[in-house]
Amino acid sequence: MRDYNKLIFELSKPGRKGYRLPPLDVEDKDISEYIPEEFINENELDLPEVTEVEVIRHYTNLSNKNYGLDTGFYPLGSCTMKYNPKINEDTSRLDGFANLHPLQREDCIQGSLQLMYELQESLCEIAGMDQMTLQPAAGAHGELTAIMVIKAYHEKNGDTQRDKIIVPDSAHGTNPATAVMAGYKIIEVKSTENGLVDVEALKAVVGDDTAGLMLTNPNTLGLFEKDIKEIAKIVHDAGGQLYYDGANANAILGHARPGDMGFDAVHFNIHKTFSTPHGGGGPGSGPVGVKEHLAEFLPVPVVAKDNQRYYLNYDYPNSIGKVKDFYGHFGILVRAYTYILTMGKDGLKKASEMAVLNANYLLSQLKDDYNLPIDGLYKHEFVLGGLKGDLLEATTLDVAKRLLDFGFHPPTVYFPLIIREALMIEPTETETKETLDAFAEALKTIAKESKEDIEMLKTAPHNTVVRRPDETKAARNPVLRYEG
Amino acid sequence: MYPYIPHTPEDEREMLDAIGLKSSSELFSDIPEDVALNRDLNLKPSMSELEVKSYLNNLAAKNCSTSKMTCFLGAGAYDHYIPSIIDHIISRSEFYTSYTPYQPEISQGTLQYLFEYQTLICNLTGMDVANASLYDGGTAIAEAALMAASVARKDEIIISKTVNPQARRILKTYAHNQGFTIKEVEMKDGITDLEELESMVSDDTGAVIVQSPNFFGIIEDLEATSQITHKAKKAAVIASVDPISLGILKKPADLGVDIVVGEGQGMGIPLSFGGPYLGFIAVKKNYMRKLPGRIVGQTEDVDGKRSFVLTLTAREQHIRREKATSNICSNQGLNTLAATVYMVTLGKEGLREVALQSTKKAHYAFEKLIESGKYKPVFDKPFFKEFAIKSDIDADKIIADLRKEDIIGGYHLGIDYPQLNNSILYAVTEKRTKEEIDKLSSVLEGI
Repeated sequence: MRDYNKLIFELSKPGRKGYRLPPLDVEDKDISEYIPEEFINENELDLPEVTEVEVIRHYTNLSNKNYGLDTGFYPLGSCTMKYNPKINEDTSRLDGFANLHPLQREDCIQGSLQLMYELQESLCEIAGMDQMTLQPAAGAHGELTAIMVIKAYHEKNGDTQRDKIIVPDSAHGTNPATAVMAGYKIIEVKSTENGLVDVEALKAVVGDDTAGLMLTNPNTLGLFEKDIKEIAKIVHDAGGQLYYDGANANAILGHARPGDMGFDAVHFNIHKTFSTPHGGGGPGSGPVGVKEHLAEFLPVPVVAKDNQRYYLNYDYPNSIGKVKDFYGHFGILVRAYTYILTMGKDGLKKASEMAVLNANYLLSQLKDDYNLPIDGLYKHEFVLGGLKGDLLEATTLDVAKRLLDFGFHPPTVYFPLIIREALMIEPTETETKETLDAFAEALKTIAKESKEDIEMLKTAPHNTVVRRPDETKAARNPVLRYEG
Repeated sequence: MYPYIPHTPEDEREMLDAIGLKSSSELFSDIPEDVALNRDLNLKPSMSELEVKSYLNNLAAKNCSTSKMTCFLGAGAYDHYIPSIIDHIISRSEFYTSYTPYQPEISQGTLQYLFEYQTLICNLTGMDVANASLYDGGTAIAEAALMAASVARKDEIIISKTVNPQARRILKTYAHNQGFTIKEVEMKDGITDLEELESMVSDDTGAVIVQSPNFFGIIEDLEATSQITHKAKKAAVIASVDPISLGILKKPADLGVDIVVGEGQGMGIPLSFGGPYLGFIAVKKNYMRKLPGRIVGQTEDVDGKRSFVLTLTAREQHIRREKATSNICSNQGLNTLAATVYMVTLGKEGLREVALQSTKKAHYAFEKLIESGKYKPVFDKPFFKEFAIKSDIDADKIIADLRKEDIIGGYHLGIDYPQLNNSILYAVTEKRTKEEIDKLSSVLEGI
């Protein structure tokens, strides 16, 4: 089955059907009685003709060519690939949740509103924030929402000269892209050689044109920004706002809160920290929490409670407006709340502790064979700088590709940009010591191979269903659809 | 012990020893004292699976689902039938527990279904290129508008008032932050006033956005809209369409449209109280390198085997940072798979039949509801699966009375259009039966 290499279109045969509708039970007039012919497509649809059995076999075979968390270890740095509990899948499919129209009357949707309200409250407590919107569709969308909220705050204060957002050079690519999308210019601030925000450099760039600072803590290197209070003071004294990118929140649950660090706005990646599936790229969810002074700008509606009644509150005259259809990725939010209930205050704290333990343990096993540009205590992830020694021939890409042969998903590679040959490793708390040991062993074997049999790395992977697809060709001569 | 945390006390001890720490609390010694949370979170303690399920079962039971009531509500989210096969395929954990296919060698499953999805969207709309999806129909309009304006190097966007009001609010939010000007074209008899559009379009216009079938279910004249828009240099026509309607309606590409977007929820994705859904975008070739989001392309591996990769990444945030075409990072992955399976399972005949049955049942319902004269049509224009009717009775009372009879009534248009106070928009999909429609009619007659 590994060699299965058909597209669904290549299975099509005229006359086959994979569906059946009940017979039409109202009068069967010709469509032209209802819709003028000028609007009607007279041609056949260009869709395949296949039976249900073929569809099932086809996609089952495709699934076999995929590697998921349930297949094995997935230490993709900054993505928090923790186990996706199965109960979450069941609760999100409960009839009352899955088959509910978003525009139904308030008395028909009390269960969903209550869930959203309780989730808002829980996330506010975890973040140390005062109000929360569940509307943003994903992490990057949460970033955008938060920055737009900050912009609305400055606009209301008449501070329209604040046209710059500061981001560290270690930031995720979404940070600068988001700030530009919200209409800002970017100032990049360098990191120190210890991988932290350079406080002196920050002082030099803030001013009355500073709208805010976007920061992850722990940062993308996995290091805690210990000067966070001072950083917050510098930005606040200049009149700017602090935004917390929650990509790395899995490191600090129940141990520290962005709100206590001085941040004014926060987004969480529900699909990272709160165990919802990554789904091959989505759907995610990116709730945003803010301190009281920013609450009036949140997108509408916000879920509110009045005695025992839950309702959608649109009464936010200074709201930035809407950022997405309806109220957010509700199905994902059900999964996240299921997780929070399952773990509770004690379990969430333990999860972060074990995530940090796993990262530091794995690091201790790899130090001898891989460069560690910055030594110290890491949080939930760490960044290696490629193989040790002068064997520049064996790159991080080779290491990643060779890891596939050992049955592991490789770490994030070549990010953050400030580390040469970066391998960004985030094991998460759901992995056993045995798995970490096996992964470390594989990386050590690869290190050995790099000295003894470099070709083994250069030609890797050897036993995957395809081997190093030609990405240059794909970009130069784009084939973006099947043309028969 | 927690079910998802595997460490035994011995594991913890061994691992701490390897790191050189005495206790787990030392793992957080780098968090300054004035920042550390030195108390428990104010949340409930952990619970067993049985307890969690029972708690959430109770919450879900407080809702009135579309399986218990008969749904005539649409306005952007539709109660179409979802074949069983879809949930079985998207529940394969090789699909749903994977992430963005950064490592193509072990992600061919995801990459191939995205490639198939892109093909299906192109085939349905007639466009040249589709991306691997956007968040939803509303944000797809906003992303399309920003892309079109940036390609045309203009800062004015025109949108029709017959476009879903929610999408218009999203567009305003996005446009305000980027400094674009939004102008709205009035409507006339339930469709875009093309004469007014003609007077508004100028060389400052970057894009004209219309929806067809529009928010009232009425089919707009996309061809005439395109002719008017293209009089302005470089201006793009953006059409938001219901993919189910393309089972019978002409392809937007054949009507001069440059960018097609839409909400894909109707294609096998549950209502789920508003999300997650599926935004799609498909464009003429000249917009290919400006598209937001992920795109999958076909190539060969070192052995010459057909394979698929993420491509044209030079547009994207992780490569271009502040110069990216959008900040979007994720796509709707799993919902894209649901829509793909929907389109191929229904196939050539099935999608047309769903569209035909929806149209015929909607028209039966329309005629039935206005039969006695108590309720009157709001507009007199060709529609697809939604229509508006009005009466002197308060719309909220009608919807409340229908609820007592286990019917989810339509959408009160007065919420967004004051001039349409007490007009209700009803949606009828292929799922509704003659019996259900007749009951709706008799309950309405009794109000």
